[in-house]
Amino acid sequence: MLRGMFEILRGMFITAREAFGKPITVQYPEQKRPVRERFKGRHELKRYDNGLEKCIGCSLCAAACPADAIFVEASENTDAKRFSPGERYASTYEINMLRCIFCGYCEDACPTEAIVLGDNFELSFTDRSQSIYTREMLLDPVPAGGKPTPQQTEPGLFDRSIPMMENPK
Amino acid sequence: MTEAVVAQPETELVTLTVDDRTVSVAPGTYVVDAAKRAGIDIPVFCYHPKMEPVGMCRMCLVEVGRPAVDRASGQPILEADGKPQIQFAPKLDTGCTVVVSEGMVIRGYTDKVKEARDEVLEFLLTSHPLDCPICDKGGECPLQNLTMNFGPGKTRYIYDEKIRLDKHVPLGDLIFLDRERCIQCARCTRFQSEVVDDPVIGFSERGRELEIVTFSDPGFDSYWSGNTTDICPVGALTTADFRFGARPWELKPVASICTHCPVNCNTTLNTRREAAAGGKQVVKRVMPRQNEWVNEIWLCDKGRFAYQYTEAANRITQPMLRKDNKLVPATWDEALVAVNAKVKTAGGKMVTLAGGRLTNEDYFNIKKLSDAAKGQSLLHSGIAGGDMVASVGLGQGSNLTDLGSGSAILVIASDLEEEAPLWWLRVKQAAERGATLIVANPRRTKLDPHAARVLRYNYGEEAALVHAMLDSFSPKRPDQPESVKRLLRDDALKAAAQEISGAENLVVFYGSEGTDLATSHSLASACANLLIATGHTGRPNNGLVAVWDKGNAQGAWDAGLRPSESLATQMEDAAVLYIVGADPAGDDPQLAAAVDGAQFVVVQELALTKTALAADVVLPAQAFTEREGSYTSGERRVQRFYPAVPALDGTRPDFAITAHIANALGLKLEDKLPPKIFAQIAAGDEAYRGLDYGKLSEVVEQWPIIGRADVYYGGTTYDNSQGLGVQLSSASERGQSPVLSFESPKETEPAKDGLLAVPVTRLYDRGNTVVPSKLLTDRLEAPQVVLHPEDAEKLGLEMGKPAKITLNGQQATVTTHIDNSLPKGTALIPRSLGLPINGPVELKVTA
Repeated sequence: MLRGMFEILRGMFITAREAFGKPITVQYPEQKRPVRERFKGRHELKRYDNGLEKCIGCSLCAAACPADAIFVEASENTDAKRFSPGERYASTYEINMLRCIFCGYCEDACPTEAIVLGDNFELSFTDRSQSIYTREMLLDPVPAGGKPTPQQTEPGLFDRSIPMMENPK
Repeated sequence: MTEAVVAQPETELVTLTVDDRTVSVAPGTYVVDAAKRAGIDIPVFCYHPKMEPVGMCRMCLVEVGRPAVDRASGQPILEADGKPQIQFAPKLDTGCTVVVSEGMVIRGYTDKVKEARDEVLEFLLTSHPLDCPICDKGGECPLQNLTMNFGPGKTRYIYDEKIRLDKHVPLGDLIFLDRERCIQCARCTRFQSEVVDDPVIGFSERGRELEIVTFSDPGFDSYWSGNTTDICPVGALTTADFRFGARPWELKPVASICTHCPVNCNTTLNTRREAAAGGKQVVKRVMPRQNEWVNEIWLCDKGRFAYQYTEAANRITQPMLRKDNKLVPATWDEALVAVNAKVKTAGGKMVTLAGGRLTNEDYFNIKKLSDAAKGQSLLHSGIAGGDMVASVGLGQGSNLTDLGSGSAILVIASDLEEEAPLWWLRVKQAAERGATLIVANPRRTKLDPHAARVLRYNYGEEAALVHAMLDSFSPKRPDQPESVKRLLRDDALKAAAQEISGAENLVVFYGSEGTDLATSHSLASACANLLIATGHTGRPNNGLVAVWDKGNAQGAWDAGLRPSESLATQMEDAAVLYIVGADPAGDDPQLAAAVDGAQFVVVQELALTKTALAADVVLPAQAFTEREGSYTSGERRVQRFYPAVPALDGTRPDFAITAHIANALGLKLEDKLPPKIFAQIAAGDEAYRGLDYGKLSEVVEQWPIIGRADVYYGGTTYDNSQGLGVQLSSASERGQSPVLSFESPKETEPAKDGLLAVPVTRLYDRGNTVVPSKLLTDRLEAPQVVLHPEDAEKLGLEMGKPAKITLNGQQATVTTHIDNSLPKGTALIPRSLGLPINGPVELKVTA
């Protein structure tokens, strides 16, 4: 019986310790915990430092996608209206977040490291059509010092898609 | 199978061994083809089975061994085991240029060969940009595929040292060149010069500086340019139409038929959902589909680039009714009630006019409806003779590829490259194989250089020329007109007639150069007589082919529709004028007046044409891309096409609309399933007997074998898995011996004063099915008059300058063209350019 009492007290001690100790829960959404380094959240379409989009509209992410969540349509760049280096850019880029399984294959397939699964996990919608994230929603903001797309560029400066993987000057 | 290899089984075959597989092939076969027959792929880049080999790319290097021969005795040297000793060449040979010989041994997969392939690919890739992710060929690219299959896997090259060349070189408005990607195989330049005789592109400079350039103005001015992008083994040549359009693996292939001309080329429509079209499934590109009996693997640029009319913004999607002299949208029920009330009370005065691009099933229902209403069913066409083609048309099993030495081809009154480009190509190739090609045309055409004999006559004398040929065999008719007698004095004509009568096979193509309906009938009947008189009927590779103005005019004739010489009067007198897929008002002001004159006009169309705007009821129909059906080509091959994209909401297929109108008369017609209508056609028409959609979709293996990565490209669109169609039997084949009939040739009176304007056909006309293709806008012919230099000088007109013409009471300002091969006193007016011309007519031209 004494032993039983002890067990109860021990349990109550743990409860009391946790009740008055430092809490491990966070007050979401006021407070947010940083995600892990390899966390796979909502996709982001990256830009080069000068503001040009990294995505060249090759649609390899869509080909790699096991859930068929990505839809890409390409168009042709001109120096007067340039979105990305090279001849091709994604004029339509849509990801259906209801379909996406966050496997990250699109990241692996991307030849220009344009699509990256970011930190944002706050995906909620009240309507199925809102689950479709368009190019404008996915694109990163223009970095400081860069210009928004489409840009007017010098002829011959950005005429190749793939070798321009490092930041174009 | 179409190759001579199979056509002549009696030829002694050559037996050789390819990688331990024994195969027997015809002498003259190249090693790569022999290997393919043995089931072994030897990779190639520059070799193409439809062209002469050049051995430029070195990809096909193999070890070639031949039986060793003792020089003294001439006897083969035998090994100890009694087998012949094989002597291998010290170096590798190109399999595409080495011709097979008896006992040859080919090794295609030894280490030595593999090493050579590694090296060839490594060299090719040193100057290749590796921008596969943005390349339109990526996914169906032989260089990609062969690198994956045979390449070294790693490169020793330093990326920064790669050669840099222009990536955006428009060769014309249709084809773009990426100089970096070009591997200099010369398939495109060889295709243009060897295959289609349009050498407008070529190589300039040498080595790394080498570049494809165009010599023509406008650039790459050829009706065949799209084919170069198909056979390009890399993404160096791309079409403006599909540039960055989609990746090949995202496209859905649908078997279809090109409906622009009577060749009925087999096509694959590649469709995909498109954001710009609001998420709808749309046609992204039109590609040729292999059918060695019809278009082989080629497609003309009109077939490839003029498909947008099916998706044009001006498509109508709701029926319209005329209320207070205005067309207002209505429901289908309202529209059909209005039509049916009129049809019920038409009392035999219903006139149905159908265009030449509907399907056999549509024509069947139209004919049934028209017969039930005791009306007339007319075909909107300026060419006659479909009944004669049905009687003495090409025999079953015909293939223009089989025509060669010993065969004769007569092309009369037709500028074949403009009217039916693929037939031009195949006739030209038959001439190159040794067939006697006789071209009879009043002016120079692109077929002339390939003809054994060129006969000239004055416009209007085309039937007289055939009569003169007939008369040269046995001159029994003294009552022939003067023109026949004059033509008969021509020795070249007599010689041509002899060649025709002595030929083993004879195919006659008659077109519509300078003819109207009456002269066309006269010409068709004369040509039929020529075939009958020389015994060239009822057999394969013999017969009459009409070069129709529209894709399925033959099907309309077979269904019983006929063109009419008094079309305007008939239309004007109609109580109900039912126009399906035709735009008479847009073609001819006289017919526009007739449409206005008719009591009640129903127009069933894709878009609001001039005729539709004048209608009382407009019914929206479906385009061929949205439905299924069958077509009958000028060679009388019935082929089916499949629905490629979902139909526009509110539209109905033509046969169904006709069936719904037929309800007014208590007539039950099939309104849902085209195969059921086809079964009714097969039950009624002897030529179609026994056919069904299943038979039309049958395929056999074709040569050259395609679809494997090493020859054309790794795509799926050449592959024909959905039907080669069936060639109909002609009446003469079914034992109904055609009878020689004599009809005095109808001729055109020369113009009394002024010039004689004659209609000719141009490929890029301004018809309703061509104009919506924005890509071709700059290539479409301008309204024009073509004059002889002397006539032009007399009138004070110069090339390219505007001229004022008065034609059929219409005045117009057109561009002057000058052609010195025209007969003097004649002027050409191309059809479907907005100028009213249906036949030879007097013309007044002033500067």
